[in-house]
Amino acid sequence: MNVYTEQERQALEVGCLVKAGLTQPLGQMPQGSVGRILAVSGMGDHDVERGLLEMGFVEGACVEVLHYGLLGRDPLAVRINQSMTVALRQVEANIVLVGPLLDPTGPGTLSSQEQNG
Amino acid sequence: MSAATLTADTPRKIQIALVGPPNCGKTTLFNTLTGGRQKTANYPGVTVERKSGQLRTPVGHSVELLDLPGSYSLRARSPDEAITRDVVLGRQTLEGLPDAVVCVTDATNLGQHLRLLLELRQLGRPLILALNMMDIAEQRGCQISIETLSKQLGIPVVTTVAMRKHGVQDLLGEIDTLLDQAPTTAGTATTDEWQEPSPDAIRAYHREVERLLKEAVIQEGAPERLTRQLDRVVLHPVAGPLILLSILFLMFQAVFSWAAIPMDWIDGGMAALQEAASARMVDSLLKSLLVDGIIAGIAGVVIFLPQILILFLFILLLEDFGYMTRAAFLMDRLMSGVGLNGRAFIPLLSSFACAVPGIMATRAIAHPLDRLTTILIAPLMTCSARLPVYILLIAAFIPNTTVWGGIGLQGLVMFGLYAIGVVGALLAAGILRLTVLRGNRQALLMELPSYKWPNPTNVLLGLWDRAKIFIRRIGTIILSVLVVLWFLSTFPGAPEGATEPAIYYSFAGIIGRGLEPLLAPIGFNWQIAIALVPGLAAREVAVAALGTVYALSGNEEAVTEALATTLASQWSLATALALLAWYVFAPQCLATLAAARRETNSWRWPAFMFVYLMALAYVAALVTYRVALALGGG
Repeated sequence: MNVYTEQERQALEVGCLVKAGLTQPLGQMPQGSVGRILAVSGMGDHDVERGLLEMGFVEGACVEVLHYGLLGRDPLAVRINQSMTVALRQVEANIVLVGPLLDPTGPGTLSSQEQNG
Repeated sequence: MSAATLTADTPRKIQIALVGPPNCGKTTLFNTLTGGRQKTANYPGVTVERKSGQLRTPVGHSVELLDLPGSYSLRARSPDEAITRDVVLGRQTLEGLPDAVVCVTDATNLGQHLRLLLELRQLGRPLILALNMMDIAEQRGCQISIETLSKQLGIPVVTTVAMRKHGVQDLLGEIDTLLDQAPTTAGTATTDEWQEPSPDAIRAYHREVERLLKEAVIQEGAPERLTRQLDRVVLHPVAGPLILLSILFLMFQAVFSWAAIPMDWIDGGMAALQEAASARMVDSLLKSLLVDGIIAGIAGVVIFLPQILILFLFILLLEDFGYMTRAAFLMDRLMSGVGLNGRAFIPLLSSFACAVPGIMATRAIAHPLDRLTTILIAPLMTCSARLPVYILLIAAFIPNTTVWGGIGLQGLVMFGLYAIGVVGALLAAGILRLTVLRGNRQALLMELPSYKWPNPTNVLLGLWDRAKIFIRRIGTIILSVLVVLWFLSTFPGAPEGATEPAIYYSFAGIIGRGLEPLLAPIGFNWQIAIALVPGLAAREVAVAALGTVYALSGNEEAVTEALATTLASQWSLATALALLAWYVFAPQCLATLAAARRETNSWRWPAFMFVYLMALAYVAALVTYRVALALGGG
């Protein structure tokens, strides 16, 4: 049967979003902007991928770019799910693909916290 | 404690390991639980600190509590985290499997920190979850159902506020309950099957955490605001580096000015001791050994204790406050330019006090090449042991005048020596990463924790640890070097009708004269050559050695006059500058080489360190001497 595997389907979806200009690598986001992580793929490098996942960069997490360094916008500080701030370099940040916040009241976003709190 | 004490006839001590991510307040909880009754040693084979303390539970179990290095995951990325993994899995030969594990998490950051707990739960060992910093979470309006969380996880959950001893009784009670249920013998080897989680396994853990929190969190807390606002200034691309520079400036100011008063006390005390010993003893070899060799030598070293403690006070405060990771963030770009990691900033900063703790602190750097580079350049940071040499030579040869409208020339030279060390270190790192240590870089990936007030107990215990290390060093390496030096410079005595001072004929004189042809091109005389022989063991000993050389040279004025005056009259400016340049680079510290040996687990890298630094020192001194001569400094 010629059906897509789950991974292939996800890859296609992400690819369409990139083409439509709706996603961007984490390191390219404007300072102060928010988004939701669509994909984290170490492109075969499991160590970088696992490192990112362990620091909270996981699909579905809400990210906010807080600060960029002076030279070459490197490194950057990113707030994950409004609870933890992580510093990382452009090289690793660009492995993380970020899409728009389609549901601004979803988990880990500013408005969800403000509604509750 | 050695493995031998854990024999069958003595009942095995109950061991409980404290595990948790960095910055979750684990160390504070450890200090509260053990009440400061703790021992610091090293794990065999590595210099990762093994911190353990004793506590007695309400029921009366005597427990040894182990404080393991902070870790986000059992998949260890650095030597530090490897210890945590090995102890938890029972792979550390010294420990055996801990009887129970207490997983400490930051209640304000459960979404990220619970994953480690799930990894630990997978091992099937007795486990307790401590939700720490619960007070902060509650202040932010966060409500968590402990019962639900405990039921969902299937393990006991307690809330603690480590800084105020809240919940500690609850935690001890749970430990008792667990110990009475659990088999008291070390567990079976189920943990041998443990494997590193795959990326998808980590994703599954994340989903499980999300599910758990959906069940257990009644109300989410408001996000932290103060840290965000502070970071807007502290991490600002322009203001941030300026703040960092001001903090460093304040730190070095404090090291020099605040330390002056206690240093005067120590100086006075040691002088009085020397006088007392001198007056009470009859002239003999023993008196010479005690007064000229040991007391004078130790006085020259112990005087730096205040400066080391002030530097470490700053480092510990900044670390506890949460600023150190911000400094690493600000420095990362600059340091990645020469192939280093921003995290190397903290070990390098510690190296300004002493390269030994600096080299030990590199174990938090995960990547082996990054770590090795940091170890190799750490001795180029101007450690406090160089200060006596710098202070002595600057006082003797640099006029106490001001330049450019009020900047002291002596201070400027001192600053210059620090700057040469830093620039030299950065250049050395760049060259090393392009040659012998070529390879890919490590990811930065570093949590920037919320700011918090430093905990006085943590800071004081940390300072006490540093003081102990320094004093132990004086009592062992430096003391034995002083005795050997005294022996070398006293025997054999001068022959009948000698024309030169007695030391000229001693073993030290023979070695010094042997080295003189090698050191003559860089402007060093035989007295310097003699002082450098013991100075190879520890830098600061060279001052004491120079004192000994000139005092024992029969030069009566040297005893009464300041050593500085003697040197100013006997050395050329070019020689003094060359010796300063030599001191910026020369690897004259056995303890540093030994620490590098322990950390790299081979003699290859300390040998390499010794050779490249020695070559740098020789070239630097040669260039300085020749340039100074050409400019009329002879």
